[in-house]
Amino acid sequence: MRAAIKTQTLTLVQAINDALRIMLQENQNVILMGEDIGKNGGVFRATEGLQSEFGEDRVLDTPLSEAGFIGAAIGMAVNGFIPVAEIQFLGFIYPAFEQIMTHASRLRMRTMGHYTVPMVIRAPYGAGVRAPEIHCDSTEALFTHMPGIKVVCPSSPADAKGLLIAAIEDPDPVLFLEPMRCYRSSREEVPEGKYSIEIGKGKKLVEGTDVTIISWGAMIPVALKAAEEMKIQEVSCEVIDLRTLYPLDQDLISESVQKTGRTVIVHEAHSTGGVGNDVLAIINDTSFLYQKAPTERVTGFDTPVPYFGFEDYYLPTEKRVVKAIEKVLSF
Amino acid sequence: MEKQFPILQIIDPNGNIIDENYENEITEHLIKTFYSHMVRMRVFDRKAVSLQRQGRIGTYAPFEGQEAAQAGSALALNPDDWMFPTYRDHGAAMAFGHSLKSILLFWNGRNEGCIPPKGKNIFPPGIPIATQIPHAAGAAFAEKLKGTRNASIAYFGDGATSEGDFHEGLNFASVVKAPVVFFNENNQYAISVPFHKQMNSKTIAQKSLAYDIPGVRVDGNDVFAVYFQTMKALEAARNGEGPSLIEAVTWRYGAHTTADDPSKYRDQAKSHQRREITDPIIRLERFMKNYGFFDQVWIDMVQKEAADEIDQAIKEMEQFPAAKPGDIFDFVFAKLVWPIKQQKEEYLEMIGGDKK
Ligand SMILES: Cc1ncc(C[n+]2csc(CCOP(=O)(O)OP(=O)(O)O)c2C)c(N)n1
Repeated sequence: MRAAIKTQTLTLVQAINDALRIMLQENQNVILMGEDIGKNGGVFRATEGLQSEFGEDRVLDTPLSEAGFIGAAIGMAVNGFIPVAEIQFLGFIYPAFEQIMTHASRLRMRTMGHYTVPMVIRAPYGAGVRAPEIHCDSTEALFTHMPGIKVVCPSSPADAKGLLIAAIEDPDPVLFLEPMRCYRSSREEVPEGKYSIEIGKGKKLVEGTDVTIISWGAMIPVALKAAEEMKIQEVSCEVIDLRTLYPLDQDLISESVQKTGRTVIVHEAHSTGGVGNDVLAIINDTSFLYQKAPTERVTGFDTPVPYFGFEDYYLPTEKRVVKAIEKVLSF
Repeated sequence: MEKQFPILQIIDPNGNIIDENYENEITEHLIKTFYSHMVRMRVFDRKAVSLQRQGRIGTYAPFEGQEAAQAGSALALNPDDWMFPTYRDHGAAMAFGHSLKSILLFWNGRNEGCIPPKGKNIFPPGIPIATQIPHAAGAAFAEKLKGTRNASIAYFGDGATSEGDFHEGLNFASVVKAPVVFFNENNQYAISVPFHKQMNSKTIAQKSLAYDIPGVRVDGNDVFAVYFQTMKALEAARNGEGPSLIEAVTWRYGAHTTADDPSKYRDQAKSHQRREITDPIIRLERFMKNYGFFDQVWIDMVQKEAADEIDQAIKEMEQFPAAKPGDIFDFVFAKLVWPIKQQKEEYLEMIGGDKK
């Protein structure tokens, strides 16, 4: 018999807070940094209470300068610390793009492992909360395209905690994307204490036989609803949450799509250059001959994420996913 | 540095003129213009906060307390100048002639709200901090290249001076002698981060030294000081002398945005007490009383006109046609490219056509 694991009911943002607290307690070298993360506890309260518990040196309110504090975090990381930097919204990471692209992600290679950058950049992302413009981007593909940084994107509280701990313990830089829309939308039982979930491993959320739906982050609830709706038509959908966007879980993807032979990929990001295309490449490379229908992609459009008055048009909906499922079934 | 960059005032918190050089320039017309604009701005701001609370607009950034900084600077502009506001400068935009309906549409998530009235050069509010500063330098440089006497003004907060774009914009403008005024509203907080944690510098004005451009610090709650200093900087810009940096020291009474809870990081009761000394409208009223310009009947009329005008704008915003799905595709490029065209067609077909 397995020993009962103690759990607590947490939202995704509380689970992140829990992971940060555990890692601050466990490792003196972990330092949080970012705008408004101290007294204010971050604009989403992900760091609530941590500055008063661990002090201003370990939970550092930085000046308003993403290039500055991400660059500084790189310097700290090569010199013995493990910075966990918060970008207030993914849309505000761009000033730091150069630091991430030209330094965080390639110092290990440039120096053949002499200098390494064990740091985490956390960023809430995505639309659907009526936030002002630029607060809604989901440009994860800019970073999966970038060699030398891992990209993680959980969709549930328990996964968020385990993956964040894994990211902090990872020897290399990790971009940790937090679906803003899921921050408080649901709660679940999250194991207490420290545990980690392997980066690079997805998760099968629903077992099915007819169609595979592959998604991540804030689109998971949409995918789940579509799968639920297809039950009425007696279609059995398998739902896969990728959880890590680089490196992708090739085994999980190919195992599922070989079984069903029909796939729908759902992501919020723009279509062209989206991570969906890399999933498609895996299907092509590993499972082409198993396919009974061309894979469908349901994605955001090749337009900037519009102002919130228009965001419902931009965001993939259950209806669009159902339509795509029907299409792959029509072959 | 505080000595080298003293806070310039024309009227003190008690409403007395302390710089006699300006005594003759403060006309009744100017006083009434400033007062009515500031009241209009405040009524707008308070109504917008309550609209947000009722769910009739989205997250909103209030500017109460910063009316003098915004009115004094915006009213110093010529009609053909360029304005580059932030998300907190709709007061300045209103004073410069933006439409209230458009400003409300912007806060209700509509791109239509970014379109300035015909003939006005008002940029969409700068959302990523400090990014508008180089734009203002470039637009001003373009005016110089075209040989006009137009200038531009860039608004930004104290936190914005930490971003690279601030420094890059000032440097660029100083090198090409662009006719631009960099107008800082130092409200002493960037969300929760107080000034002294944002920078080691004691003032923002001193940052002008690095670029060898004029820098002044004004009392941002003294509308006259703001107005005359901005005029001076604009004049210099128009005369080919290049950019200037103005630091208007002020305060926001409310939250950073309606999504913010300021009691997490400062004492809001103390913030409220500051009104006694720093509220720019109270100060102007004191001045009007001291110098015989106070007229309750006129003030009531100004209040009422402002409220009526804003109610009308709210009505227009709420009656504005629903957002058209097709619009998100049509304005990405001058001409639809095939991927977007295809996405548009598929989407409109699925939803049964565009809204009329
Ligand atoms: C590049 C970037 N980073 C972070 C943010 C989030 N943010 C919005 S306003 C703000 C504080 C700005 O402070 P300040 O420049 O002093 O202007 P104020 O809001 O006080 O007017 C921050 C951090 C942003 N909009 N852009």
